[in-house]
Amino acid sequence: MKFLPLLLANIGRKKMRTILTVGSYAVALFLFGLLGVIDMSFNQGLEVAGVDRLIVRNKTSLIMPLPIAYKERLSQIKDVKDVTFASWFGGVYQEPKNFFAQFAIDVDTYRAMYPEFEIPEDQWDAFVRDRQGCIVGRKTLDRFGWKIGDRIPIQATIYRGLWEFNICGVYEARREADDTTQFWFHFNYLNERTPFIKDYVGWYTVRVHNPDKAAEVTKTIDERFANSSFETTTETEKAFMAGFVKQFGNIKLIILIVGSVVMFTLLLITGSNMSLSIRERTNEIAILKAMGFGPTHILTLILAESIGYAVIGGFLGLSVCKLFTLGGDPTNGLLPVFFLDNKTVILGIGITFMVGLISGFIPALIAMRLNIVRALRSI
Amino acid sequence: MANNQQTQESLIAVKNIHKNYTRGSETIEVLKDVNLNIHKGDFVAFMGPSGSGKTTLLNLLGGLDFPTSGHILIDGQDIAGMSSKKLTAWRAQHVGFIFQLYNLIPVMTAFQNVELPLLLTRLSKKERRQHVETALAIVGLSDRMSHYPRQLSGGQEQRVAIARAIVTDPTFLLCDEPTGDLDRKSANEILDLLTRLVNEHEKTLLMVTHDPLAAKNAGTRFHLEKGVLTANSQGEAA
Ligand SMILES: Nc1ncnc2c1ncn2[C@@H]1O[C@H](COP(=O)(O)OP(=O)(O)OP(=O)(O)O)[C@@H](O)[C@H]1O
Ligand SMILES: [Mg+2]
Repeated sequence: MKFLPLLLANIGRKKMRTILTVGSYAVALFLFGLLGVIDMSFNQGLEVAGVDRLIVRNKTSLIMPLPIAYKERLSQIKDVKDVTFASWFGGVYQEPKNFFAQFAIDVDTYRAMYPEFEIPEDQWDAFVRDRQGCIVGRKTLDRFGWKIGDRIPIQATIYRGLWEFNICGVYEARREADDTTQFWFHFNYLNERTPFIKDYVGWYTVRVHNPDKAAEVTKTIDERFANSSFETTTETEKAFMAGFVKQFGNIKLIILIVGSVVMFTLLLITGSNMSLSIRERTNEIAILKAMGFGPTHILTLILAESIGYAVIGGFLGLSVCKLFTLGGDPTNGLLPVFFLDNKTVILGIGITFMVGLISGFIPALIAMRLNIVRALRSI
Repeated sequence: MANNQQTQESLIAVKNIHKNYTRGSETIEVLKDVNLNIHKGDFVAFMGPSGSGKTTLLNLLGGLDFPTSGHILIDGQDIAGMSSKKLTAWRAQHVGFIFQLYNLIPVMTAFQNVELPLLLTRLSKKERRQHVETALAIVGLSDRMSHYPRQLSGGQEQRVAIARAIVTDPTFLLCDEPTGDLDRKSANEILDLLTRLVNEHEKTLLMVTHDPLAAKNAGTRFHLEKGVLTANSQGEAA
């Protein structure tokens, strides 16, 4: 601690260079944070996937339906606790860019399957009573400035016509990573208005008694429906979400590449800054060593300086990123979630620390090994 | 005083020192069989032409470099045989360095510069402050403690460097052309200060200088010529 004035004096030595170094860290970590936010929003489904839930869908394709009669048959399978189903509606509100997911749900069973979504009892009751009722997630409700009681027109794309729904309630999520952009309405309403595809559902969600039994149940289900005209593919909710994310291409890889390039560039900038400033200080380091500062002192001082820049800059960048995400989603609700999670923050701080350490390491090593006599001669 | 040093215990005893530098296939003999005895409280000046090996000798005495052969006994310890780790700790305790170009840390105040060597000791913050204030008072810069080097004249900078060298109360001081970069007036002030350190504060001081006037202040003078040390006036090589 008593070496702190020396450390601070060195950090404050070249104000412009310090600002640029700290700024590089800040910009890089801001970018890193944003990449984390985007990654999170694509993978939020994976984060919050229920460990005891399985998704059963048509083996041919997710867009192919399954008969409603499977509900009964699924609930008879050993270790299955609950079954619910839903269908994708794919409607458009006003214009296509106002995208959000609409599900026609089984009103009797859907809510119990997803306890992470919270809806006030009276709102849910109103929804159950109203055949044209709907429940809207908080984010979508706020995005369009809707209120409970509003009547919302949705233009069907897969089905036909203009559909109108009454907002009976809003659901909120307990966790930040939960998706509150969905729009639910009665499956029965959909089923009645689409006689040409009656009694078919999009997919089933099954809850098992014990998550350890998930693999077994998965197999049993697919075997049960094998060789029928509607064969199934069953997987855990997590696996299903992962497959869903893959549709958008390898987001993780893109983020990894961009992130690595950013960090590598950062390392080059800060590493050469550190080398430069240590080279300018050769003479002073020689004096310190002559005075009796040992290799460990020198190494520690330089690494502390380098890590100091990193931590200050990293903290700044991540803070600005956090503020940015608190300011709201710039895509105006297109991404299901938009927030900087703690995992990204901790990873970011870890990476900054490492970059600081590495960029200071070679200059520190050179300074540590500096020959006093030679350095003093070359003034 | 230098005539009976054979019987008197020396503070610094240099025995048959050789220092060679190899540059490619060529070996340069910079110091040739140097012998030297210095007693506590001596003020010693080394003179000689450029390239004669003065700085090299001082570096060896200060434990900054190792001789090719020979022994350097300081207070009974042979520093020529020490590991560089031990030598680092030894320097912190025993040597105060004063250089021609002062070599202060430009981003630290006079106070902070003088405090630097004390950071390696176990002294408390309060004790360090007292030591620094005492050292700066001795060099007459009590009123310049919070000045940065660039706010000081050359002579003042050198006085800060002297304060830094004496603040740990080392066994001896090594000055390599301490007045080499100063005008006559400032140089005289520095020489007066160094003389006072020897006379009033009982420091042992070894100084390299080109300046015959500066050397006059010393009690003992040695001459180096192509790596060979010879006694001069009252001084005498052992
Ligand atoms: N690292 C080295 N490698 C090779 N030769 C060296 C090295 N260091 C010093 N020398 C040589 O050793 C000789 C003595 O150098 P030194 O610096 O001790 O002389 P000096 O008496 O202090 O000279 P000056 O009065 O110019 O300071 C010089 O010829 C110099 O070129
Ligand atoms: Mg010299």
